[in-house]
Amino acid sequence: MSLSTETQNQPTGSKSFGGMQARSEAALNDARVAIRNLDFFYGDNRALKGINLDLPDRQVTGMIGPSGCGKSTLLRILNRMYSLYPGQRATGEVLLDGQNIISDAVGVNELRAKVGMVFQKPTPFPMTIYDNIAFGIKLHEKLSKSEMGERIEWALTRAALWNEVKDRLDKSALGLSGGQQQRLCIARTIAVRPEVILFDEPTSALDPISTLKIEELIDELKRDFTIAIVTHNMQQAARCADQVAFFYLGELIEVAPAAQLFTAPKHPKTQEYITGRFG
Amino acid sequence: MSLSLSSMPHPGPRKDAAMAARLGASRKRADIIIRTLCIAATVIGLVLLASILITLFYRGFDALSLRVFTHITAPPGSEGGLLNAIVGSLIQSVIGTAIGTPIGMLVGTYLAEYAKDSWLGNAVRFVSDILLSAPSILIGLFVYQILVLPFGGFSGWAGIAALAIIVIPIVVRTTEDMLQLIPNTLREAVVGLGAPKWKMIVLVCWRSAIAGIMTGILLAVARVAGETAPLLFTSLGNNAWSTDLSKPMSSLPVTIYSFAGSPFEDWIALAWAGALLITLGVLSLNILARTLLRSRT
Repeated sequence: MSLSTETQNQPTGSKSFGGMQARSEAALNDARVAIRNLDFFYGDNRALKGINLDLPDRQVTGMIGPSGCGKSTLLRILNRMYSLYPGQRATGEVLLDGQNIISDAVGVNELRAKVGMVFQKPTPFPMTIYDNIAFGIKLHEKLSKSEMGERIEWALTRAALWNEVKDRLDKSALGLSGGQQQRLCIARTIAVRPEVILFDEPTSALDPISTLKIEELIDELKRDFTIAIVTHNMQQAARCADQVAFFYLGELIEVAPAAQLFTAPKHPKTQEYITGRFG
Repeated sequence: MSLSLSSMPHPGPRKDAAMAARLGASRKRADIIIRTLCIAATVIGLVLLASILITLFYRGFDALSLRVFTHITAPPGSEGGLLNAIVGSLIQSVIGTAIGTPIGMLVGTYLAEYAKDSWLGNAVRFVSDILLSAPSILIGLFVYQILVLPFGGFSGWAGIAALAIIVIPIVVRTTEDMLQLIPNTLREAVVGLGAPKWKMIVLVCWRSAIAGIMTGILLAVARVAGETAPLLFTSLGNNAWSTDLSKPMSSLPVTIYSFAGSPFEDWIALAWAGALLITLGVLSLNILARTLLRSRT
């Protein structure tokens, strides 16, 4: 795995932040998303505690930790998915392009056009392959028929699905295999041309070969997109991620370049988790 | 617990073969008794159903002729048919369903997508469920009070209103049930692209649930096509040819009701023919609904 110098220079993981404003601006220079003092509540239950984390531009951040540690919760804050459910709220700052995206001042639909998400189970819509991809594009842009065709071909090509489906774009997406459906969902997400893509355990419902394809795809996509991936599979985190964040009981325990976190973790909890002593 | 594992030796295989055989025999006996009761109940049910259907088909096909479809109801002994009743039933059932379906779908959508656990949602769901099982004659009386008495007479519209009220809770229930079967991850995937909630519902949720909702609508048509009580007080029945919805309108169930109770043999035969037509119609709607539902899964 090759790690860019940019990753290694990330000031991630340090917990003392003085002067929020200056801090945020400095962080934004190399971070696409800057999470500052983030708390999250399910009702009265505080599920995330004072999270500070940067997602470096056009790199993959892996999020690992035992079930219930808050890693998926954090991912779902980044596109405000939690706002679907009453009783869930976030406090603190998540800065994207200089805006705090968890404040109501940022329109939730505009935010989700910038921050796309791919889910654990493939979620094809009950319509044709073409319409699946066009669905997201039409929400945010008005394209001519030929522009739309080009965009769909581009998205499916980037998702490594074009060659498999180019002759049946007018067939139902529900007829695709699980791995193809997941790549369709990735194509649908990138077709909107987001800045950030969130992957929530994208391969846990897939067979090993489909998993490999998705992992190769993630590696390819980071040329253009900033990526965060939640995974239960530490090998996957080691293979895909440039930096890895380890969460435990709602706290960010340690964040480091992947090679470093898996070979020389600083925190004993991280050591215990990656060697399989709990979780 | 003071007992440690080592102080509880494994008892080993059961040694009392006589006891085992006795237990086995008594279980076999219980099995035979329960099985016999179940089979007997099934046979009784099937025999009753079969005798109804056989009688219906025997008497119905006997009375069925082209004349049933080409002539309207006529006085006894003058070669009448059921054309006005068939057309009246079709008009009232179709328009009643067409009015009840959108209302039912929107209420069901409100319950499933907007008011899942709210106080108002629970109240609406409760009222709709009561309406679902309300005796249909009550609905007939209700429409009689608000549409027949104030507007000076029985009419096709009043019949349509009564049937629409029966359709609504059926469609509410199936719409809500079918929308609830949709996994939340699909909803999250739609809004995750930046779609507003109404687009999520109309473009994806409805489309996912459409086969199930159609099934509910077909079952609702089948139900209202056979309803008599709500039409007795509303569209009344009409022995003349009329497609004017502001006048009393004939229908198959009401015609069967009045002809079957008459002393005239040709009227009684027509009642059998009408009953057969309704049964065949309801049967084919049910089969269509099942096929639709199966094609979805």
